[in-house]
Amino acid sequence: MGRYIIRRLLIAIPTLLVISFVVYAILALAPGDPLSQFANNPNVPPEVRERIRESLGLNQPWHVRYVKWLIALLQGDFGYSFMSHLPVIQLLKERLPNTLAVVGVAYILGVLLAVPIGMISAVRRYSIFDHAATTFAFIGFSVPTFFTGLLLIILFSINLHWFPFIYDSTLKVKDFSSFIDQMKQSIMPIIVLALFDTATLARYIRSEMLEHLPLDYVRTARSKGLMERFVIVRHVLRNSLIPVVTLVALGIPAVFAGAIVTEQIFRVPGIGELLVRSINDSDTPVVAAIVFLFAVLVVLFNLIADVMYAVLDPRIRYA
Amino acid sequence: MEKRYLRRGLALAVTALVALAACTPAPSGGGSPSPAASASASAGGFSRGQGGELKILYWQAPTILNTHQATGTKDYDAARLIMEPLASWGIDGKPIANGLAKEIPTLENGGVSKDFTTVTWKLIDGLKWSDGTAVTADDVVFTSKYMADEPTADPNSDFMEGVKSVVATNPTTITVTYAEPTSGYYKFGTGGGNEVMQKAQFEKCLGAKATECPENLKPIGTGPYKLTEFKSGDVVTYEINPNYRDPKKPYFKTVQFKGGGDALSAARAVFQTGDVDYGWNLQVEAPVLKSLIQGSAKGDYLGKASSNVERVNINFSNPDPALGDKRSEPDQKHPFFNGPDGKIVRQALAMATDRTTVGKELYGDGLTGVSTCNQFMGNPAWESKSSANLPVCKLDPAAANKLLDDNGWAKGSDGVRAKGGIKLKILFGTTVNALRQKTQDILKKNWEAVGFSVELRSVSAGVFFTNTSNDGANKMFYDVTMFTNGSTPDITSYASGWTTKQIAQKSNNWNQTNYHRYSNPTYDALVDQMRKETDTNKINQMAIQANDIIVGDVVVIPLVNRFQVASGKSKTLQGTNLNPWDSEMWNIADWYKTP
Repeated sequence: MGRYIIRRLLIAIPTLLVISFVVYAILALAPGDPLSQFANNPNVPPEVRERIRESLGLNQPWHVRYVKWLIALLQGDFGYSFMSHLPVIQLLKERLPNTLAVVGVAYILGVLLAVPIGMISAVRRYSIFDHAATTFAFIGFSVPTFFTGLLLIILFSINLHWFPFIYDSTLKVKDFSSFIDQMKQSIMPIIVLALFDTATLARYIRSEMLEHLPLDYVRTARSKGLMERFVIVRHVLRNSLIPVVTLVALGIPAVFAGAIVTEQIFRVPGIGELLVRSINDSDTPVVAAIVFLFAVLVVLFNLIADVMYAVLDPRIRYA
Repeated sequence: MEKRYLRRGLALAVTALVALAACTPAPSGGGSPSPAASASASAGGFSRGQGGELKILYWQAPTILNTHQATGTKDYDAARLIMEPLASWGIDGKPIANGLAKEIPTLENGGVSKDFTTVTWKLIDGLKWSDGTAVTADDVVFTSKYMADEPTADPNSDFMEGVKSVVATNPTTITVTYAEPTSGYYKFGTGGGNEVMQKAQFEKCLGAKATECPENLKPIGTGPYKLTEFKSGDVVTYEINPNYRDPKKPYFKTVQFKGGGDALSAARAVFQTGDVDYGWNLQVEAPVLKSLIQGSAKGDYLGKASSNVERVNINFSNPDPALGDKRSEPDQKHPFFNGPDGKIVRQALAMATDRTTVGKELYGDGLTGVSTCNQFMGNPAWESKSSANLPVCKLDPAAANKLLDDNGWAKGSDGVRAKGGIKLKILFGTTVNALRQKTQDILKKNWEAVGFSVELRSVSAGVFFTNTSNDGANKMFYDVTMFTNGSTPDITSYASGWTTKQIAQKSNNWNQTNYHRYSNPTYDALVDQMRKETDTNKINQMAIQANDIIVGDVVVIPLVNRFQVASGKSKTLQGTNLNPWDSEMWNIADWYKTP
């Protein structure tokens, strides 16, 4: 197992190198200009824009910039944002807590809700609950988040005035009332995202359970006289969760990448919002850093998922 | 399972792109936001720190707080609460002394020399930075050095163009000398982009270190507020500057300047929920905006005309891809816009253009813009009254058809006119923006009705406004384009944008503003004369002539005078006073709230 992990980690290095090259090349070759905001500003004539471009190092050919960027990256330096003139890593650090507070919480909530919903749906197949859950799941993953988000805003912010739709990142949770404020401002984005996560996972758990329910070992457990509750929870659910655990692990990188649309709608200053804005502004260092870190997380969690699979299911062995 | 997640990621990415495209900001011209004249109306009505928190919402988030490294209006505005210029621009395009200067130097008070080369600015006595140290003339001189220094790459360095020297004659007096007599003698020191920096703070940030200098994120200033906390790309919070010069101001204890999101929900926050006191640039479709405003118990709309004109630009050079390297170079004449019948074809195009419908249906007939046939707007003194009588300013498709018929441009079986094998086929490019695409649709119908064939193209703003892209406005590989820009208070420099000298071409890296490749000796001579003139009235008269030349000659087809400022405020917020020439935050010290 140890050798397997080491081998996988070594394979990851060229993978990441290729990813970094492709990402940088796409960004560099894509049309767009970090100075386009100045384009129509009569106070900033073209020569001045040219000078600023030079100060950002944009006058060098992109492959030179890539090598420089890579060398800096190997030393842990992601460079500076063109827009904020701040180290990219600092921007990410500022934003990660907001993303985790919203996207992370939504993901956990999604998992916690999906397990019982999926389980009950499977056990009470074709019951009213199952039909309701199935309908809910289809709505959950077919209605896009930008739609549910706007729907919630119109309902709860504009008509009912219950929750604000402008996320205030300066709010610090110190006491109960500020905790309530935090809940109020994050509940809508959390619901939107959790709806999606729950729907997807619940469907998955349901079908896994249904696969296991008619199997022989379940019948054996029942014929041993075990209580139905134990049969379901200890035997069926446990076995059904094996692939689900890996699925959940594979979803974790997405949590760190933030929720692009939802963060934008609710003005949550998270990683996803930063990514969108940076793409819009052609802020290459920020986009490259986020995409590269995302690639690292995906590679890492893929490995973790595979390892966990082996740990959870003793029948699987990696050589 | 991996696949499903991949698919989800892809779906997210696609939605994000759609969302992105939908909210690409329309380029706004004039650059700086705006002040107003009745600032003092509120003075004396309140005391310092009487109010609570002022909430400002911008749908573009400020990313940097030093205006001398800014990347957009959001940065200039967020910084203006802290950093101030010597004076602000007033609504009439004349300076107002609400900055560091004691008074506006004029010919009468001896502040401006009789030969129009020297301006003497005097600082307010006893002026202090928010950290308690004294503001001196050295700070102003340092600011000028920072602006002019090339490696520092200050986006405002054009304000130093033509300035020979900035000298501190004593600790509170600054003498600015221009290389030549000029009417634009307030150029350095007045308005957004000229904010004074503290020498002690920024001394170490000159040259190559300027962009990455951490001081850019926490400038010390003289403005009514000082920085509490700044999260780049998200939110700025401010508190009262205890050393602010007016002991009665400002009214609010704290200010929160939140960025991000989209214009529509920002408009909702102002007009429907009242969550914010001030919302910036609510670029929502006119009918939607109208319904939000009309039903609103919470907010008022602030719209003010500016110098920004949305117009159609004609290409005088040939964008034919077959030309290869010579494409759109000024020596390649456009086959029908710049051929023997060039003017006739251009006139017909202009006469078929229905700007009134565009103004009415898309800009709410005076809500976010009003139709115009002038290119030079924003100051009544230089707005042409005569252009309305030009034939090209009157919608008359019948006359356009006749003009083309009479000159042998006959309609083919496909309804497209041609002469001598040249077809009137137009490629029409602009940015991706719902308003622009609707304008394109209207114009396409207009033009096709008189026998042009029109192909529409739209490109994201970040690509369109670059000199590097083949889809960009600079290279102009189109027959016509459409966008907005506008003048600064100095109309001469705006008028220069159509001179032969400023033709964008390969040899200058397409980095000039005459994208039309228009060349007219009469026009060039007129602008030269404007440059030499120091009498503002005469300059304005010449500007009107210049306007009538480019409109009459159909270099541009002006459509709509857009409101640069289309902001909203809560009904209780008072003292806002917008003008087209300076930052919307120019008089934030005067803002207050009624109960």
